[in-house]
Amino acid sequence: MQSTGSMSGQRRVVVTGMGMVSPLGLGVERNWSRIVAGENGFGRISSFDASDLPAQVAGEVPAGPTESGGLTLSDWVPVKDQKKMDRFIHLGLVAATEAVEDSGWKPESEEDRCRTGVMIGAGIGGLQTIYEASVTVKEGRARRLSPFFIPSALINLVSGHVSIKYGFKGPNHSVVTACATGVHAIGDAARMIMLGDADVMVAGGAEAAVCPLGIAGFCSAKALSTHFNDTPEKASRPWDRDRDGFVMGEGAGIVVLEEYEHAKARGAKIYAEVIGYGMSGDAHHITAPAAGHEGAFRAMQNAVRSAGLTTADIQYVNAHGTSTMADDLELDAVERLFGDDARKLAMSSTKSATGHLLGAAGAVEAIYSILAIRDNVAPPTLNLDNPSRESVIDRVAHTAQERKIDTILSNSFGFGGTNASIILRGV
Amino acid sequence: MSEIADKVKKIVVEHLGVDESKVTPDASFIDDLGADSLDTVELVMAFEEAFSVEIPEDAAEKITTVKDAIDYIEKQKAA
Repeated sequence: MQSTGSMSGQRRVVVTGMGMVSPLGLGVERNWSRIVAGENGFGRISSFDASDLPAQVAGEVPAGPTESGGLTLSDWVPVKDQKKMDRFIHLGLVAATEAVEDSGWKPESEEDRCRTGVMIGAGIGGLQTIYEASVTVKEGRARRLSPFFIPSALINLVSGHVSIKYGFKGPNHSVVTACATGVHAIGDAARMIMLGDADVMVAGGAEAAVCPLGIAGFCSAKALSTHFNDTPEKASRPWDRDRDGFVMGEGAGIVVLEEYEHAKARGAKIYAEVIGYGMSGDAHHITAPAAGHEGAFRAMQNAVRSAGLTTADIQYVNAHGTSTMADDLELDAVERLFGDDARKLAMSSTKSATGHLLGAAGAVEAIYSILAIRDNVAPPTLNLDNPSRESVIDRVAHTAQERKIDTILSNSFGFGGTNASIILRGV
Repeated sequence: MSEIADKVKKIVVEHLGVDESKVTPDASFIDDLGADSLDTVELVMAFEEAFSVEIPEDAAEKITTVKDAIDYIEKQKAA
């Protein structure tokens, strides 16, 4: 990922396919047009009765006909296989199918298949499946546990199913770093291509934790918004003074990463290049970032350094910005890193429209950022009515902005104090 | 066809997602109906549940066709 110095001869990695499913619906283009239009994907939780929980709002993937952006599972996963997978795998398969088809990459030879890998992670995995299996055991029916319980719940099974579906026999891996998963998956998969382990990697994250355990668990950790149950569209409000926690979303974001010469040789369309990637650990607290979000600062700094750039080269930051108290700490870190360059910067949180997709967030947001480069549009931060503190950084409140954007940085941070930043540039 | 045979057929169709016409008595779950080893474990569980019978592991291993299943269950029910 170093474009300067001794590493200049190294393999470059580009994005040649994208797929997405989110509370805004199925499909990358539908998602992007709704994001730019300032729409949101929130409602009261409909998949189970949440009336006894403090948080009753979420971003759920809408059911409905495929052609209108809803999820009709049988269009994607054969009926007999559906029960062998938790919902996070369903959503991962939907997004992976779009991404692989979008890339046009169909390896015919055994060698090409062996040079194509998969790296799709999740933050939590098959939580609802684990819950249901636990109830079966508790009821004294352990012998009735489905033989598909374990493979339905395992996080790396999105990667497994995608490899089986397409015959991709290269590295088969999976990232689990809570809410930093999506960025780590893309960054690590890009490095696999750079190091020569593969020529093509299908990478990203999937999550489906809008279930009783997921909502109740994050409620207990005091992480979710609870004051907007009657106005779901206002619940996710990054940097706003009235924010009171994140809103859980579900979905998947998947990209096809490809070695640059490989992509060029087959005439693939190229969306962007992965030019920088940085990581860090907080070594501070299991759920809270340190003062000034110094871990985030170092992740971003490492990404900028690995890209061989300065902050003056970056026009847009897609913030982690979950609509929690930590938003201002991330802002502190970005202001400190960018210094005077912050005055020219646009930074927004698309979680204001989708909610927090946990392990899928980083991948979904990388895709939005790539489209920001393609269309020279900074997507908005919804509900930023009264910032809890002022900043020289334009946080794109309420409405999208046309801006010249060729290089972006996207942040994702996870419980456990894990931070990842990625830098993408138009090609 | 007996009531048991009917029910077995229905369970097989439902669990393996195959066309009813393919579920003939001699059809092998694995060779003819596309099941894998985990599918057959689940099928046996479904039979146990639907007919309130216990199918021990060594008996389950011998149930490889639709007819095997019907015969085993009919024998259990008659006993």
